[in-house]
Amino acid sequence: MDSLTHPDLSQIRSWLGEVPDPEVPAVSVMDLGIVREVQWEEGELVVAITPTYSGCPATSVIAIEIEAALRAKGIERVRIERRLSPPWTTDWITPEGRQKLEAYGIAPPAEIAGGPSPFERFLRKPPAIACPRCKSVNTHRVSEFGSTPCKAQYQCRDCLEPFDYFKCI
Amino acid sequence: MSDQEALFEYLLRLGDNALVLGHRLSEWCGHAPALEEDLALSNVALDLIGQTQLWLNLAGEVEGKGRDADKLAYLRDARDFRNILLVEQPNGDFAVTMARQFFFDAWHYLLLRELAGSKDGRIAEIAAKSLKEVTYHLERSRDWVLRLGDGTEESHRRMQAAIDDLWMYTGELFEADEIDRAMLREGLGPDPAALHEPWLGLVKATFEEATLSLPQPGWAQRGGKRGIHSEHLGYILADLQFLQRAYPNATW
Repeated sequence: MDSLTHPDLSQIRSWLGEVPDPEVPAVSVMDLGIVREVQWEEGELVVAITPTYSGCPATSVIAIEIEAALRAKGIERVRIERRLSPPWTTDWITPEGRQKLEAYGIAPPAEIAGGPSPFERFLRKPPAIACPRCKSVNTHRVSEFGSTPCKAQYQCRDCLEPFDYFKCI
Repeated sequence: MSDQEALFEYLLRLGDNALVLGHRLSEWCGHAPALEEDLALSNVALDLIGQTQLWLNLAGEVEGKGRDADKLAYLRDARDFRNILLVEQPNGDFAVTMARQFFFDAWHYLLLRELAGSKDGRIAEIAAKSLKEVTYHLERSRDWVLRLGDGTEESHRRMQAAIDDLWMYTGELFEADEIDRAMLREGLGPDPAALHEPWLGLVKATFEEATLSLPQPGWAQRGGKRGIHSEHLGYILADLQFLQRAYPNATW
């Protein structure tokens, strides 16, 4: 009976692996590394999530969707905790998540987060971003900001595809 | 003033800077010179409003009178706002908006970098989160100062005029008062004056590359940190607070 009302954590993680990100539905909240911790606390399931960007409107939708998904699996007591520290970085996107992003047409982050400061960045050449469609690195940035806070707009000079780049933070 | 009161004031400054500039940038939504710029300005506004929520919620918690970020944003009058004068200045043309942004971003970046090492873990985590976003803001606003400064004769003229007009509002960023000193003493925040040298270094290097001239030192306009504002803030609040004032406690 207990395993029915308190499914084990790996089962819960796999259920959460089916909850899509509302802005980028090709990847799940697990793929993005938004779920920081899952644990049972005196019969209550506590899920700690972290925002990608502090103003990202998707964060509250994600909390609602996680709760709904877990309730649909029969878990009645769910508490969503918002955790700020350590701050989310693109390094938390799983290798599987990166592949899914690329297959969906979004170039995954090309750098390790926490790299050069802006003062250093100004002096160097930005990294080459590969076109998710034709894989050419002959691409250019159209804008530092794209359709959501986490993305920038790029265009491929070879196949002319405009595409989103999941920028590195 | 107790330490707790000083911390509350300090957090209001951080939150109000982000709120007022975020609101100013949101005024561009649907009016920017190109679609990419419209998206970019709105994205920066969104980041700043997100940071506002974090700072003002913490301010409310520290104050302990049951006010949250919404109550602090929507139900205070101009005299109770603690933002620096720079961020409430009107958008003007695109050069004015980007010059204001560059001055602010460079300072904001340096400030957050120090605050990420604050002894108060709550301040440190908000600063560390915000710093990642502000890094992008700075990269972009600096790019625009370069592009307009070293662009056409007209864009150069407008960027130089924007810099000359806004320069007098930058002094306030580096002046310490009793609240800043209390934060410094407690290891919660940096000495504002210590940010001036790296800020000026970046501004000078950028202006040089952009073929712009650094304005002569002159009178610095101040007062925002103490609640003495220019006439512009009232108009911002009229717009920002209208709904909550007209329909108290309205939600959607």
